[in-house]
Amino acid sequence: MSRWAIWLPLGLFLAFFALFASGLLKPDDRLITSKMIGKPIPQFALPAAASDRPPLSNADLATGKPRLLNIFASWCVPCAAESPQLMALKQAGAEIDAVAIRDARPDVDRFLKRWGNPYTRIGLDARSSLQIAMGSSGVPETFVIDGKGTIVHQHIGDIREEDVPLLLQKLAEAGQ
Amino acid sequence: MIAEAGLAALWLAAALAFLQLSLVYFGLTDKGDLLAAVRPVAVVQGLLTALSFLLLVTLFLRSDMSVALVATNSHSAKPWLYKFAGTWGNHEGSMLLWVMVMGIAGAAVALFERALRRDTHMATLGAQALISLGFYAFLLFSSNPFARINPAPADGQGLNPLLQDPGLAFHPPTLYLGYVGLSVAFSFAVGALMTRNVDATFARAMRPWVLAAWILLTLGITAGSYWAYYELGWGGWWFWDPVENASLMPWLAATALLHSVTVLATRDALRAWTIMLAVVAFSMSMVGTFLVRSGILTSVHAFAVDPERGTFILGLLALYIGGALALFGLRIGTVREGAQFELVSRETMLVVNNLLLSVILGLVLIGTLYPLMTEAFGHKVSVGPPYFDRIAGPIALALVIAMAAGPLTRWRKDQARAVARRLLLPAVVLLLALSLVSVLAWGRIGVLPFLGLVISAGVAVGSLAPLWKRNLRRTPLFTFGMVVAHLGCAVSLAGMAADSAFTVEKLVAARPGDTIQTAGWTLRFDDIRPIAGDNWTALQGDMTVSRGGGAAVDIHPQARFFTTPPTNTTEAALLTRWDGQLYVVLGQETEDGRWQVRIWWKPFVTLIWLGGIMIAFGGALSLIGRERRGWLQKLRRREAVA
Repeated sequence: MSRWAIWLPLGLFLAFFALFASGLLKPDDRLITSKMIGKPIPQFALPAAASDRPPLSNADLATGKPRLLNIFASWCVPCAAESPQLMALKQAGAEIDAVAIRDARPDVDRFLKRWGNPYTRIGLDARSSLQIAMGSSGVPETFVIDGKGTIVHQHIGDIREEDVPLLLQKLAEAGQ
Repeated sequence: MIAEAGLAALWLAAALAFLQLSLVYFGLTDKGDLLAAVRPVAVVQGLLTALSFLLLVTLFLRSDMSVALVATNSHSAKPWLYKFAGTWGNHEGSMLLWVMVMGIAGAAVALFERALRRDTHMATLGAQALISLGFYAFLLFSSNPFARINPAPADGQGLNPLLQDPGLAFHPPTLYLGYVGLSVAFSFAVGALMTRNVDATFARAMRPWVLAAWILLTLGITAGSYWAYYELGWGGWWFWDPVENASLMPWLAATALLHSVTVLATRDALRAWTIMLAVVAFSMSMVGTFLVRSGILTSVHAFAVDPERGTFILGLLALYIGGALALFGLRIGTVREGAQFELVSRETMLVVNNLLLSVILGLVLIGTLYPLMTEAFGHKVSVGPPYFDRIAGPIALALVIAMAAGPLTRWRKDQARAVARRLLLPAVVLLLALSLVSVLAWGRIGVLPFLGLVISAGVAVGSLAPLWKRNLRRTPLFTFGMVVAHLGCAVSLAGMAADSAFTVEKLVAARPGDTIQTAGWTLRFDDIRPIAGDNWTALQGDMTVSRGGGAAVDIHPQARFFTTPPTNTTEAALLTRWDGQLYVVLGQETEDGRWQVRIWWKPFVTLIWLGGIMIAFGGALSLIGRERRGWLQKLRRREAVA
């Protein structure tokens, strides 16, 4: 075996190593995005999930004003974690509606009492059928919807403090 | 206390691994009596890892929610089997399983390995300790499975429902046993390089480990494929998903290694190549683990995306594989080339086999990593089944043909004309199959399925040919093993070809009361109703199927809803007949109140997994045959001495 060939495997491995390292070090933008972005929200009518908030249907999301649609559940820990950010968004003037996934009204009431209630309307999606139709894969997720009921942006996972400006910016863009 | 005891056992095992490495290092250079302590240390280390793992299992079975791992991956309402399987249905637990299997394998190498030269044996145990140390560090510093949470939640979050299936409960441990078996082969290779001892005796010592790892990998892949087939509800049996490829690549390398180690053991040839393959095979299982665990490739298997852990595994990968390849470069020049052989010989056929397997391995690796490569240059692409099918398919067919010819060729030197004569019968069968399939299906099926059907018939006969005119009672067990394994490949190939050539698919929207006809089957949709299971609810379709004048059979496809965590899964209804499987999936409700029903008739699809089981069984026969022969020889020698 020639001297050159002996070191070839190590060379190949180092090339792969460099590739892996570059793949790891790059900022993470591999989130699964919904195929629904740019499309109108599907038709639906959900019953109310909380005792002091009205129910939600697709017509409520096309009133001319851009808004956020937050998908959450009372049993979801990250959903509780993102509640301060939702309150901050509300303070900044965002209109927020919500869909509670596989939930029960008393649980939702308790959750909102404990963590705050930034929502205008809350629909109860008992079988996650709307969630699936929206192309959402888990809770929490937040969609930016323009005044005509078109989905313009999807945020996967809980909203962190650093995500708030982007969501506000997307809302402002959707309003133009 | 249980969690703390488990963690303590793990720390202690890590300390012993360090001790083991030090004993080997100083013992080999210093010629003192240090080496005498290596074996007991390895055994105790293995026992401690087993204890640690059993304690984690106990925590899961008792649903101890004060342990973070249990709280995030289990639920008190789960059936006990999935509490048990939940132990390794997550990142930390599966890494602890890995470490335990490695510890036990290390103990087994220490206790039972007798064929190796002593210094190589010790160097092997040192290498094994070094690998284990990396994984201990990984567990203890970045993935502690025993961490507590305070306050403890009232109940856990549950296990991904896709994983709540008996098949999947036992599929990862099988694969892990295989991966870890390859780590033993890797340690053997490193030990042999350290002590400059690569010869036939070394290969005979390494072979059972390679064989055992390969059997388990074969079973793991077969089970995984069947699981994906019936659980994901897409009706396919292989998706070229990165996670599937992560288990296929080590299998390809192990298959090549298995054949080259046989050449080394029998003929003392292919020394450098065998060492190289041992390194590559374990590298592939590490690369696979890295790809699955780091989340740098997206896959249908949603594992935790965690760059920190990815970086840790990448570091280990660099250390082990880079180190082994550097050692290879430094030392292999001093390993003398083994025996020479003629062009027409069993050795050449096995080299051809190795080359074809390596090419497939390379192509699968490139296809799997291609999205990563293009992403480095700013493009996002995904490489799907068309690439893999088109590129790996033809080479795999060539490989299968070589597989039939190999066993009919003699070691060292053979006559081309004699080989051709022995191949006559398989060739005739091949031609018969060619004309039969041409008449029946020419132009109606794809080229690859067409060739697959024809070749599988010829190869089936070719695989049986080594038994031709032999006294079957005096034929060694490992020859039977080879025949069964090769026949299994032909059976699998026939199943794959038949499935892709003749599958009939029908998608309809039906109401209860409707009757659907497809592929000779009549399906009556009787009713749809909700039912409840242990920790799920489902909509179940009640259907009756019949074929020809046969009796009607009830089938019940389900759409299941799990609440913790909320997920929908499909439970396809499978009806197995001798000539294939009927596969029925209940889809979503349409707006006018009808239900989507997807029906597949898959002729002879079961042959795919039957073949897989035959391949593994053949491997097991070889392993038993070889071990028994070695054991009998030893016994006879002892008697002769007495």
